[in-house]
Amino acid sequence: MVYLTRKAEFAAAHYYHNPAFTPEENLRLFGKCNNPNGHGHNYTLEVTVKGAVDPKSGFVVDLKQLKDVMNREVLDALDHRFLNKEVPEFFTQIPTTENIAIAIWQRLAPKLTTAKLHRVRVYETPDLFVDFYGEP
Amino acid sequence: MKAHLTRRYTLSASHRLHSDEMSAEENRATYGKCNNPYGHGHNYVIEITVSGQVDPQTGMVCNLVDLDGFAHKHILERYDHQNLNLLPEFAEAVPTTENLCISIYEIVNRGFDKAHLEKVRIEETMLNSFEYAGEESLVDGR
Repeated sequence: MVYLTRKAEFAAAHYYHNPAFTPEENLRLFGKCNNPNGHGHNYTLEVTVKGAVDPKSGFVVDLKQLKDVMNREVLDALDHRFLNKEVPEFFTQIPTTENIAIAIWQRLAPKLTTAKLHRVRVYETPDLFVDFYGEP
Repeated sequence: MKAHLTRRYTLSASHRLHSDEMSAEENRATYGKCNNPYGHGHNYVIEITVSGQVDPQTGMVCNLVDLDGFAHKHILERYDHQNLNLLPEFAEAVPTTENLCISIYEIVNRGFDKAHLEKVRIEETMLNSFEYAGEESLVDGR
């Protein structure tokens, strides 16, 4: 089994707000991130796939295919977007780094055929990142 | 859904690697420059990884404010700009980054109850890093 990781970057805006909470609760829980006008990050995405090395090609996965899937399924939808307003997953869920990692997993997993998705890592800043391994 | 959240903190501290169980020559042979009696320092990067179910109400494994508050109070205030050799946990143990990693793991594991501690990873320099995940070994390279 070999693990292969491909990185990508996207820039997006978001804010944290749960309509079930009062404005005071939202502010207490989410602090600055509750500003309804949004703020943004340069996110770094790392997608790790795993699989056996194909004896003919020497590949776990064709990197071009992986790159195309990442571009189509993730970056086209998230890059330079306001996540709360433009990405359907976040019409109802808060676009925290946790939920972004889960959403990216759910977008990618069904589209990857040759190699199996192992981990989605999303850096919100260089000092904060979330890993999702598809665990329930 | 279960996710892992990792936060990185930086602290600067000095140390000297020296074991009373070895002779002066053995110490020099084992620790080289790190045995310099006056000590030296590093900018340590402390990576704390916690895990848990993502709360559907908040979208979070745990509130970062809680993790940052804990880390500042119990790790940075304890170790930042200190001489590690003078701290009680290194009265006998050599303040290698292995031992610092275990000490920080124990502090978080004992005191932080908002999420499950997965591991502590420390970069002593850009070239050296250490990980401790308790006595159970790391699974699947995580």
